[in-house]
Amino acid sequence: MVELKDISYSVKDETSGKMQDILKDINIRFDDASITVITGPNGSGKSTLIKLLMGLEKPTAGRILFNGEDVTPLSVTERAKRGFTIAFQQPVRFKGISVKKLLTLASGEQQDIGQMCGYLSAVGLCARDYIDRQVDGTLSGGELKRIELAMALAKGGEVFLLDEPEAGIDLWSFEDLVRIFNRLRDKTVIIVSHQHRILETADRIVLFENDKVVTAGKKEEMFEKLAQRPALCSMQVKEV
Amino acid sequence: MDTTATDRELLETIADLHGVPEGSFNIRKNGKLLARSSDTDIEIVSKTDKDGIDIIVRPGVKNKSVHIPVLLTVGDFQDTVYNDFYIGDGADVTIIAGCGIHNDTCDSAEHDGIHTFYVGKNAKVRYVERHYANGSGTGKKVFDPITKIYQKERSCFILESTQLGGVTYTDRKTYASIGKDATLLVKEKILTDGEERAVTDFKVNLRGKGSRADIVSRSVARGNSFQHFRSDLIGRNECFGHVECDGIVLESARIMSTPKIDAVSTEASLVHEAAVGKIAGEQLIKLMSLGLTEQEAENAVIQGFLG
Repeated sequence: MVELKDISYSVKDETSGKMQDILKDINIRFDDASITVITGPNGSGKSTLIKLLMGLEKPTAGRILFNGEDVTPLSVTERAKRGFTIAFQQPVRFKGISVKKLLTLASGEQQDIGQMCGYLSAVGLCARDYIDRQVDGTLSGGELKRIELAMALAKGGEVFLLDEPEAGIDLWSFEDLVRIFNRLRDKTVIIVSHQHRILETADRIVLFENDKVVTAGKKEEMFEKLAQRPALCSMQVKEV
Repeated sequence: MDTTATDRELLETIADLHGVPEGSFNIRKNGKLLARSSDTDIEIVSKTDKDGIDIIVRPGVKNKSVHIPVLLTVGDFQDTVYNDFYIGDGADVTIIAGCGIHNDTCDSAEHDGIHTFYVGKNAKVRYVERHYANGSGTGKKVFDPITKIYQKERSCFILESTQLGGVTYTDRKTYASIGKDATLLVKEKILTDGEERAVTDFKVNLRGKGSRADIVSRSVARGNSFQHFRSDLIGRNECFGHVECDGIVLESARIMSTPKIDAVSTEASLVHEAAVGKIAGEQLIKLMSLGLTEQEAENAVIQGFLG
């Protein structure tokens, strides 16, 4: 279980020089074996929250607890070792590093080809075509995004932070994503998304708004609230 | 073959040799012949007018390799060797030509390999050259190789040049003249550290119609080391040439890149790219999010970059 206790995060406004709140007194609990989707307009602090959870940024106030342990001062590396796993919104490219090498680094041990193929197949990639490819500019954004998710699966862990996992992935492949989320049902999964189809996979939905109001609730309750603000979840996915 | 533990370590590092190689080979140590094997497919003959060998590859020979490593294990020694390669039409060979210096003294050890390749029509050559140096002495470990490549029609020459570390100073010069429909591929990798200096200089003449050249240099400079990559790509016909220099600088190291392209013919298409900088922060963060420490992440990026 991951708990945010009175978390605030502010940055200095370059123009005015004053501190500006990005997150203010956030209290949320993410249960074991649950999928939480965080949604809300751009600039409301969703991705910042993911960064705070992974240790990429430190909160200006408050604590982050993981199974009761205060992990707030822990570095990215230490949190990764505790079981925090992130798939970034914009995956990074590596000149000279192959998909195979990254999957090996992610899992922390030598993997056999069968295991690696399993991770790639899970994200809808034909392993034979990708295993020796370099993770560089020759891959498209969608391919990179899938490899990023495959790395998260290869790493494993207890808390999965998926920042807009659908970005760059064609709408026809959403079933692949939903299968991945179902595969992680026994973990604490925290997803940032605007997609209605992904919101539907959630047990709980957290709504961030620009006035720093955060509302959380069960999916059904939150869908009623969201129905009053259709612009927050604009991209409906047509089922084929 | 009478070798010491140091010889064996150097041979393994520079030429992947774990014993006596198969096929033709010529192993030179401290300016003298240590061992040689020559056959009718790849003949090795000592020069009579100067120090060096002629390597003659019979036309049509396929899937053969020849090892010509050089070892230097003493200080106060300068070894210049002239090796000429005659690659017959239609041959397909791999040439492994590493050089290893072990210098425990305070005097310089230097090896200068002057290699000239005459590549016949339709021939394919993969030339692998690794330079490596070690030893506890303060004496310099220097390589100043000169490689000249003359390619006939439809030939292909692949130059894989790697400097693995420990080399105090290198000034590498490569000249190539590429004929009709012939291709030159260069993959250069250089790692420098401490006070090391490395200069590489390519001058490539794309003479024949349909000739191609692709020169890719990847380098990592650490410590207080300095590297300078220079290339001069000249298109004299309908041809395509591409030069790419990527460098990672760490600590207080410095990398300079001076690519020059010269389209003498209006039909020439020439491209150069150069990017030098430190390791991208996002790359380190991504690898750290997989559980690597910052140092492990840095090493993983460098290892991948240098292959």
